[in-house]
Amino acid sequence: MGFFDKIFGSGNKSGNVAKERLQVVLVHDRIKLPPHVMDQLRAELAAVISKYVDVDPGGIDISLSKQARQSRLVADVPLTGAKSEAH
Amino acid sequence: MAGKVVTITSGKGGVGKTTTTANLSAALAIAGKKVVAIDADIGLRNLDVVMGLENRIVYDLVDVVEGTCRLKQALIRDKRVEGLYLIPAAQTRDKTAVSPEDMIALCDELRQEFDFILIDSPAGIEQGFKNAMSPADRVLIVTTPEISAVRDADRIIGLLEAAGKGPGDLIINRLRADMVQRGDMLDISDVVDVLAIKLIGVIPDDESIIISTNKGVPVIFENNSRASTAFKNISRRLNGEDVPFLNLQPEASFFQKLARFWNGG
Ligand SMILES: Nc1ncnc2c1ncn2[C@@H]1O[C@H](COP(=O)(O)OP(=O)(O)OP(=O)(O)O)[C@@H](O)[C@H]1O
Ligand SMILES: [Mg+2]
Repeated sequence: MGFFDKIFGSGNKSGNVAKERLQVVLVHDRIKLPPHVMDQLRAELAAVISKYVDVDPGGIDISLSKQARQSRLVADVPLTGAKSEAH
Repeated sequence: MAGKVVTITSGKGGVGKTTTTANLSAALAIAGKKVVAIDADIGLRNLDVVMGLENRIVYDLVDVVEGTCRLKQALIRDKRVEGLYLIPAAQTRDKTAVSPEDMIALCDELRQEFDFILIDSPAGIEQGFKNAMSPADRVLIVTTPEISAVRDADRIIGLLEAAGKGPGDLIINRLRADMVQRGDMLDISDVVDVLAIKLIGVIPDDESIIISTNKGVPVIFENNSRASTAFKNISRRLNGEDVPFLNLQPEASFFQKLARFWNGG
């Protein structure tokens, strides 16, 4: 954003607000997974991964990202201590 | 001759599908193509009045599909230009009177005779949309730069992709350059960014469209308004020409020019 835009605050004009709201709405429209199913997915993912490495189940973050028309499920899994240092 | 079937659709209603179909059909005919426009909005016939051909209807799409008349009898010739025809929708039936298979068979027959077959789709995601989409070689998705219309366009693009017809080309209709400039309307780049499909044209919000619709003369026949230039450009792009996009920006004020200079361009 340019100097003038900052002064005149075009960052929160209704056009920008519309774009931000639209992006959030479309992510949810496209995934079609209700929240409780997401929770289940998170729990099962934690169970599978913890067979191989120690994970912090509460720290798992599953999010949806979008590049062009390709939506992508991104899981961020924080590892805890021991097994990850075993190599 | 193997004509091309182009379906004009949208998610949200009232965004300009019928206006676009009428004007693109006329523009292609003016460019020397043989064109038929089909109104697939059964029960809500409209393309006939927008084209100004409502007084000449005898048979309609359902009559053709049910064999009540021969195909030739349902083709209404537009006398204002060589090579432009309309197949109107039935007004007293509903969408279930025609199936996707009927539309595919009809279009296969029309392909022998016409360069372009343009189908005006009803709004929404139901049977009428499926009828309009199934014979398409190419789909144009119309949206206005508004949050609800863009959201519904995204849904339609998803359905087109699932049906192997996607993603389609985008038409942004009713853009108001003054509002974009104030930051109070989604810009072309915002809409293209969010939907992530190819843009084929931008039509300004233009009162000459309402005036021409009142008279039943598509704006493309009438004058050199920005809207009619925009439709001409889309028709040329449909024909495979590479046409630069119109500059729809209003003349910049001194302060805006200064701001651009300050921001490096
Ligand atoms: N670029 C424009 N500038 C001004 N008015 C417009 C423009 N495009 C369309 N309109 C007007 O908007 C209204 C809706 O247009 P139109 O009937 O083409 O939409 P539609 O998508 O076919 O609607 P429906 O979903 O009901 O079939 C009409 O009154 C038309 O004249
Ligand atoms: Mg319509």
